[in-house]
Amino acid sequence: MPEYRWPEMSKRKVMGKRLNRLDGVEKASGRAKYSSDLNKPGMLHGATLVCPYAHARVKAIDTSAAEKHPGVTSVRVVSPAGTEIYWAHTEVAFVAAETELAARDALKKIKVEYEVLPHLVHEADLNKAQSRAKAAGEQIEGDPDQALKEAAVISEGFYGIPVLEHSCLEPHGNVVSWTPDNKVELNPSTQAVTSIRGDMARAVNVPAANVHVHQDHIGGGFGSKFQPDRWGVAAAELSKAAGGRPVKLFLERNVEQVIAGCRPSAFARIKLGASKDGKITLWESNSWATGGFTGGGSPPIPYVYTRIPNQRKNHSAVSTNTAPIRAWRAPNHQQASYLTCAAMEDLAAKMKMDPLELFLKNADLTARRATYERQLKKAAEMAEWKKLWHPRGDSGRGPLKRGLGIGVNTWGGAGHDSTARCNIHADGTVEVELGSQDLGTGTRTIIAQVAAESLGLRVNDIRVKIGDTNYPPSGTSGGSTTVGGVSSSTRKATVNALTKLFEEVAPALGAPATELEAVDGKIQVKGNPAKSLAWKAACAKLGVKTISETGQNIPRDAPKEGLNTGGVGGVQIADVTVDVETGIVKMNRIVAVQDCGTVINPKTAESQIYGAIIMSICGALMEERVMDAITGRMLNNEMEFYKLAGIKDIGEILIHLEIDEINDKRGVIGLGEPPAIGGIAAIANAVANAIGVRVPLVPMTPMNVLNTLSGRMS
Amino acid sequence: MAPALLEQPAEAQTAAAVMGPGAVPVTLTINGKPMKVSVEPRETLLDVLRNKLDLTGAKRVCDRGTCGACSVLVNGKVMYACTILAIDAQGKQITTVEGFALSRGRPHPVVAAFVNHDAQQCGYCTPGFVVAAKAFLDTHPAPTYEQVKDGLGGNLCRCGTYVGIRQAVLEAAKTMKGGSNA
Repeated sequence: MPEYRWPEMSKRKVMGKRLNRLDGVEKASGRAKYSSDLNKPGMLHGATLVCPYAHARVKAIDTSAAEKHPGVTSVRVVSPAGTEIYWAHTEVAFVAAETELAARDALKKIKVEYEVLPHLVHEADLNKAQSRAKAAGEQIEGDPDQALKEAAVISEGFYGIPVLEHSCLEPHGNVVSWTPDNKVELNPSTQAVTSIRGDMARAVNVPAANVHVHQDHIGGGFGSKFQPDRWGVAAAELSKAAGGRPVKLFLERNVEQVIAGCRPSAFARIKLGASKDGKITLWESNSWATGGFTGGGSPPIPYVYTRIPNQRKNHSAVSTNTAPIRAWRAPNHQQASYLTCAAMEDLAAKMKMDPLELFLKNADLTARRATYERQLKKAAEMAEWKKLWHPRGDSGRGPLKRGLGIGVNTWGGAGHDSTARCNIHADGTVEVELGSQDLGTGTRTIIAQVAAESLGLRVNDIRVKIGDTNYPPSGTSGGSTTVGGVSSSTRKATVNALTKLFEEVAPALGAPATELEAVDGKIQVKGNPAKSLAWKAACAKLGVKTISETGQNIPRDAPKEGLNTGGVGGVQIADVTVDVETGIVKMNRIVAVQDCGTVINPKTAESQIYGAIIMSICGALMEERVMDAITGRMLNNEMEFYKLAGIKDIGEILIHLEIDEINDKRGVIGLGEPPAIGGIAAIANAVANAIGVRVPLVPMTPMNVLNTLSGRMS
Repeated sequence: MAPALLEQPAEAQTAAAVMGPGAVPVTLTINGKPMKVSVEPRETLLDVLRNKLDLTGAKRVCDRGTCGACSVLVNGKVMYACTILAIDAQGKQITTVEGFALSRGRPHPVVAAFVNHDAQQCGYCTPGFVVAAKAFLDTHPAPTYEQVKDGLGGNLCRCGTYVGIRQAVLEAAKTMKGGSNA
């Protein structure tokens, strides 16, 4: 059995290095081809007709004029007469035409008659939801009634965090052809190169072996891009109707923002009880959320501080006439972190206690006491907590109020199922192939680093080939599972391939294969550079052979092997200034202390944390879906009104990644999601600390801040 | 910050300049080369670049002059290609990211700096930022940190790469001009 374990941290030559991402020049120079960039010979353009009503029945649909429109090759109706539609912007029909303009023009010629039905699009007021709210049943732990009687302090609050839209910059869609020989060629924008093949095959009812998927790059996913979706299937059918010509169909931005992915909301009335010295003894919550028409979205509360001894929890799922949720970078965790950390900060304020002390004192209520204690102290030091924190409301004179706040996170992040293949050719070239995808996290680069480490080569010696179903299957990029999965499978494939190479080279070096090692571009007898062959010369011994070996990461076996694992914690502290005259919240700084395992590339790892924090700033201060009660439509489904942070809005960001020997022994752990969790809680708490009162509703927009300050919302 | 409309000389308003509504042949000067293309008067420069000339470095994201992913240079000024009609771009010098990002395989200093500081993740906004950064450095050869933040306020990134972008632009300023007061 070959040795797969990672080399010792101090002996690594490529892993752990701050290397530039391998596809960096290609992407930054505009040369990289995303699927939405493809212009294939004979390609048609698709367009999507959506329903303007939040709840309606299609009475009649007439596509005859659209079909006759010049340039149109085919029209596909997906919501025929009789269809009940449950949210606005539901797909009704798709058109393919010679040009994008012709396809769009033809859409306008489709006549649809609707019977408009009553709708509900708001969930913030649970009373108004009435029969649309479904209670999940009460959950009790310990004796909450007794704890309520015995608590020295009770703090009560209302908190809400809205629905957000994924807003991937590359919209959802694909280029697809379905040729007369029943073969489907799919260029999607997906987080799931391997599995989208089978999903598309089922949807169009062709054998999976007839579907080929290829994607070089994806322009953002964040949890929303796993399925072929109705538009992908429709595009395939439009291609088939046009004799197999490729069809390019990506959603228009104003549709993308509505139906291509959103995060559930969460609202809660929370009661916390504590002893006189600040030990939390009681959690009571009445929470509700909407995940769209079919419901969904239940935040895991209390969050991180899960071991509060006495708990009473009630949760209701509210069905609204809005588009369905999709997985969002750490599903339900941001909401849970906000609800929990805000309630804890309010308890501390009521007790006139430093919240840092409260978070520390109750660390035994978490599953990782030592981790959170260490991280809280480190984050406080980096944020200059001692110098800058002040009791709530004690922010001095003048309209500018500064405040600090804490948010916490936890996540799994163990590696997914992944198979890698390593080919070593007689000319010395090395390929590593996986049916995986690089979401911009640096997956290509870390695969090359792992392979180079195993083979004693440099990253530029490795050809990483991903994004294609001709390569071995690899898992979907969700749940921060990619880095653990592909690094482990690559490690095993490259070690297996090297073992074969040793066998081929052993006679020439006059030593048994087990006594060889690959170091610095050479195959040598262990510890003896004098008895060596340069990599190329060693590979030349293969003659007409090519080595092709696979390696697999199987999640249930991974813990034994130690290459990857899951389970991390992290703490973030935000530092903000609020102008109480304008209600504008300005970010001064966020510090992030993040637990991690083996870090293959600290540079791209830090980029994940920077990005996660910036996404949190967007979610804390700007982003929200605004629905219109009367029309049932989303009002801000364009990017000028769906606000994202710009380069000026983010303040400074300080990161401390806990890279050390102890953490390193845990193996590789995914890092995309954990740091995207606690930032909203931290910023919301910082705002409360600054202005002396809780702004209950995220985002902390000027409207919500000023409404709170003027007593219109509390 | 891009103006919504191009400044047009008055004679462009004369009857002789009326075109369309169908497709009309135009010549656009892109990356120094004249390119003949047939466009409808309502087609944006962005859609013509992407759909007809296969210049796909400029991305269509918001299509409403908000995000900057489609940034190009028009007569040296950074503009949103989604807010310019292709027919209005006749007679202008249009530079796309493809026009300067690589020369003989070597990355432009802005591109190199973006790579060095990992100023990109998914990369979909990145060519737009690179164009905006180049235009910014053309007019601010030795920018301060604060100027970088202001100068690139017209572009959006969803992955959150702004920390790297700030550093990248400062580095590019140094490598391009050999000095900095940042």
